[in-house]
Amino acid sequence: MSSPSDMNTGDVVELAAKEAAQQDVPDHHVTDVALKPAFFDWLCRMGDTTLILGHRTSEWCGHGPALEEDIAQANIALDLIGHTQMWLGLAAEVEDEGRTADTLAYLRDAMKFRNLLLVELPKGDMAVTIMRQFLFDAWHHDYLGKLTGSSSPRVAEIAAKALKEVTYHLERSSDLVVRLGDGTDASRRRMQDALELLWPYTGEMFVSDEVDRAIAEAGIAPLVEDLHADWTETVTEILKEATLELPSGTAYAQKGGRTGRHTEHLGFVLAEMQFLQRAYPGASW
Amino acid sequence: MYAQMVESEGNRGDLTAQERAFQDRIDAGEKIEPKEWMPEGYRKTLIRQMGQHAHSEIVGQLPEGNWITRAPTLERKAILLAKVQDEAGHGLYLYSAAETLGVTRDELFEALHSGKMKYSSIFNYPTLTWADMGAVGWLVDGAAIMNQVPLQRTSYGPYSRAMIRICKEESFHQRQGYAIMMKMAAGTPEQKEMAQDALNRFWYPALMMFGPSDKDSVHSEQSMAWKIKMNTNDELRQKFVNETVPQAELLGLTVPDENLTYDEQTGDYSFSEPDWAEFFEVIKGNGPCNRERLQARRDAWSEGEWFRDGLTAYAEKSAKRRAAAALAAE
Ligand SMILES: [Fe+2]
Ligand SMILES: [Fe+2]
Repeated sequence: MSSPSDMNTGDVVELAAKEAAQQDVPDHHVTDVALKPAFFDWLCRMGDTTLILGHRTSEWCGHGPALEEDIAQANIALDLIGHTQMWLGLAAEVEDEGRTADTLAYLRDAMKFRNLLLVELPKGDMAVTIMRQFLFDAWHHDYLGKLTGSSSPRVAEIAAKALKEVTYHLERSSDLVVRLGDGTDASRRRMQDALELLWPYTGEMFVSDEVDRAIAEAGIAPLVEDLHADWTETVTEILKEATLELPSGTAYAQKGGRTGRHTEHLGFVLAEMQFLQRAYPGASW
Repeated sequence: MYAQMVESEGNRGDLTAQERAFQDRIDAGEKIEPKEWMPEGYRKTLIRQMGQHAHSEIVGQLPEGNWITRAPTLERKAILLAKVQDEAGHGLYLYSAAETLGVTRDELFEALHSGKMKYSSIFNYPTLTWADMGAVGWLVDGAAIMNQVPLQRTSYGPYSRAMIRICKEESFHQRQGYAIMMKMAAGTPEQKEMAQDALNRFWYPALMMFGPSDKDSVHSEQSMAWKIKMNTNDELRQKFVNETVPQAELLGLTVPDENLTYDEQTGDYSFSEPDWAEFFEVIKGNGPCNRERLQARRDAWSEGEWFRDGLTAYAEKSAKRRAAAALAAE
């Protein structure tokens, strides 16, 4: 978990040195021309997803239901922004056309974004925010765990770093889902409503396409279908403990985010997030 | 200052033997701890001051929180988010320290939401451009530091320890604010314009943070005797101006004060007073953002009620379950 002290100047310098050292880890995938389009796309899927979820989470800052929750949400957002810097940083390196994590984040339009639809939905009330975090964490945690064994040392390294934080995210979100589900009637109803709202957006996490298959063939990542059984087990168990009802599995899965077809919400996220970079091209901040 | 015009409760007349002994301990530089005897006025004044300070930390999240989703780079976004999160942490330390005086956090929130307790006037000003993130860190956290560094030596133990933790983070906040100003002041003409505009708008409100001149105030005298106020408002304001003007010059920005002059002899700048009529209006609730700021806090509280109640209900249920399980195991 990123703590405020991570942001101290001393640490930043140290981190930068470590980051620079990593660039030396040999990774033939990074320079594999044939793999480039798929690898770039896949890295954007990872980085855009953490970017947009981090953005949504950061919207709570100063408005949380309790000080402790305010601080915790900011921490999660900070972690996710950190992951974004790593994933999009590697994406830019793979693409090798002079872009950076920042230009990818701030200068692409919605159709170029590759995040899951789940993470771009409005933050809603705390029930939606926590339920989304849980449904995502359960997937994210499992996925990162598998990525630590990636054939790409760079991917494995990012996954290992992120996994530490995401392990904590999952513990926290599971715990809150249980507490709020099995809390008052009002909190239970809100959590159930949140679950129903978000459920159709979970299917997208488990549908592979040709990009995923190319990445799987290279040994970089497992096929996302392979995560479905474990995810279902985790989610079923926690929801049961939370006294919540699993929505019927037949809900039509909303998808498209990972190929650039988004909900109407993403455009507004980008309008806000990219405002300065768009309004003052070339300025440095 | 995060606590402005805190009314002091003490009587400055004859002290009882117990009050005398208490004052002697303070004069000797001893720390007063929660379980120890203290005059009722000391306790009440501290609650008022620490409460106001805590409220300022959490209301202070709002003007900067306003720019988190619009931060121009991933790094700036992370730094700003960490900074605003620190402020929430400061609020938490201070509410906890105040609780040692026998007031709950919920009671303090209630007093904030009803308008009975105040927070610093500075947070009732809007943040209009990204340069304001620089100006706030540089000037607002900078002014807060002036007050909080001496408060590390305050007589009340928990307050003093909270201040020591807080001060470590505040100087980082000021540095990151100044770093933003440096970028902006050395940037494109538009960025430089934003930086100057931010300084123009925040200069006088920052000077107001120290509160009106308190040379004649009985309240300050008592608070200073108790070491819960360490310097006069004027001393701190002077110190702030002396440190800040050269920093503005280094940025190539102009402090919006035609009367600013440097006195070689004293090493002090003389400067124009802020508009105190405006200050009193802001304190009364008529600043540009008073209503929005307070409403945002009230909304966060009332919309979060189900959340807090849910957690409490679960905690009660699981305590009962544990008790029942323990009974069954016997
Ligand atoms: Fe603070
Ligand atoms: Fe601060």
